[in-house]
This record gives sequence, C-alpha cells and structure tokens, in this order.
Amino acid sequence: MEALKQELKEKIINILNLEDITPEDVNDNDPLFGDGLGLDSIDALELIVMLDKDYGIKLADPKEGKAIFQSIETMAAYISEKRTK
Amino acid sequence: MANTYYISAYCSIQSGQIMLNGEEYFSAEGADFADFAKQAYKHGETDYPKFFKMDGLSKLSFLASDLLLKGRQPDGENNTALLFANASSSLDTDVKYNDSISDKENYFPSPAVFVYTLPNICMGEISIKHKLYTENSFFIFEAFNPEFFANYAAILLDTNKAENVLCGWVEFFKNDYKAFMYLVSKEGATEHTTKNIQTLYLS
Repeated sequence: MEALKQELKEKIINILNLEDITPEDVNDNDPLFGDGLGLDSIDALELIVMLDKDYGIKLADPKEGKAIFQSIETMAAYISEKRTK
Repeated sequence: MANTYYISAYCSIQSGQIMLNGEEYFSAEGADFADFAKQAYKHGETDYPKFFKMDGLSKLSFLASDLLLKGRQPDGENNTALLFANASSSLDTDVKYNDSISDKENYFPSPAVFVYTLPNICMGEISIKHKLYTENSFFIFEAFNPEFFANYAAILLDTNKAENVLCGWVEFFKNDYKAFMYLVSKEGATEHTTKNIQTLYLS
C-alpha cells in the first residue's frame, strides 16, 4: 500500500502538471481538491482517465469520484480493492 | 470626425525574447518554448499555478497579457475588452489531441488537452486571471492584419463596449511562436493607426 501511495503521488504531480510540488509535500490524508492541492474539475476527469488507463478501473458513475478522490489514502484503498491491472 | 485612440503599452514575445515597450524585459534564447515559458513565468513573479496546466497558445497569451494587465484595477473600473487573432488557431493542441486518440487499442482521450482545442480558450484564461467580464473575440487570418485590429478596436471604443482594448496577435504552432500585444486606450503616446500598429509589430 505504501508503494502504491508513493506511485499515486508521483503520477498525480506528473499528469496534472503540479509545478514545484514533490511527493514529499503531499500527505496521505491531505484533501486533493479545495484547500489541499487545489485540483479542479478537469483534474478530476484526468484522474478518472488515469484509473482506467493505469489500473483498469472504469468509473460507471463520475459522482463516485468525490469519495474516491478525497485523498491519496482513499484513492489507494479504492485502487487496491478494484484494480484489474 | 472619428475619435482618436492611443497605444498605451505594447509587448512582443518571440525566439526566446520578451520585449516590453521597445525594451528587452526577458530573454532565454536557445530554450524551447516550454522551457522559455517556464523561465519567463518565474521571472514575472506571478503566482498562478494554473499556468503550468495551459497549452502553448494559452501560455504565450498569458505571458504577454500579464505584462500589460498586471497591477491594473479589476475590470469594474477598467472595462478592458480582448481582441485576439492568429493564423494557426489551436492547431498545435489539435494535433496533439488527435495523436493521443489515433491508437484505437490505447484510446484514452485527455480532458486536460481537449479543453484547449479552441483558440479562444486563451482569452478565457486571461479573463479569469484578471477578472475581466468584457467583450472578447478571436479571429483567424492568414497573416497579421493591422487594419482589422485598428478598425475593430475603434468600433469597440466608439460604441462604448469597452474603455480599453487589449489587442493580440498570438501565433503558436510546433514550437514556432510570436505574440504581439498592445493596449488601446483613450490616452497614450502613440496614435492607434494601422501604420503605427504595423511598425510596432515589425519592431
């Protein structure tokens, strides 16, 4: 699980072009949206694509993303349970 | 008699160099656009992380507009319209997006790329940053068209659609780029004429 969290931090920083942020700056329970990393709705769509592309998870209902993308912790837990690759 | 308007400030960005009102503001010659834009952004000390999510055309437009609009009062007092044009539209990003969806076995369209497949998105980025709620229009021409800028900006001002007009030629395709941007106001040193626009564009 720790390796997956680290991997997610690196992917998110890279895919979402988060300049001047390192994986060490992101705590596992930091909110990804709002006051946390400040991600927006387009970023949320990119994360949905990432789940599909890298972990074989298709979100049937994008509204599920709100709970899944709360933090690195919640993302890692969801991916661990649902991943197909 | 037609009203007289003025170019109150202007800038250009090309070949790794930024000129502001005829003087060099920043240069990083030899760098590709991505590296140059990053250096120019940091040089400008503007704190706006969304810059790094923009496509090339929006980054180019943002850098130029920030030079001319930075520090100005919000739009409620300035009422600054945007009038932009280029030759390649959003083709640079269109091509990238098309490449990303051409492999049907690996079909993962990127929303973050797709949102920039319209040229006028760059004006949206500027409007958000500078809180502009004004008229904005983006036109496509084969080449820089100073007569069009002179006439259209004058119409906006004559009809009180705006108090200032930010005019911009923002061309970007495959690491080849040029921005020429200027602010038209009711006061300034250089009269807003086709000839003067062309002269500043070529300078």
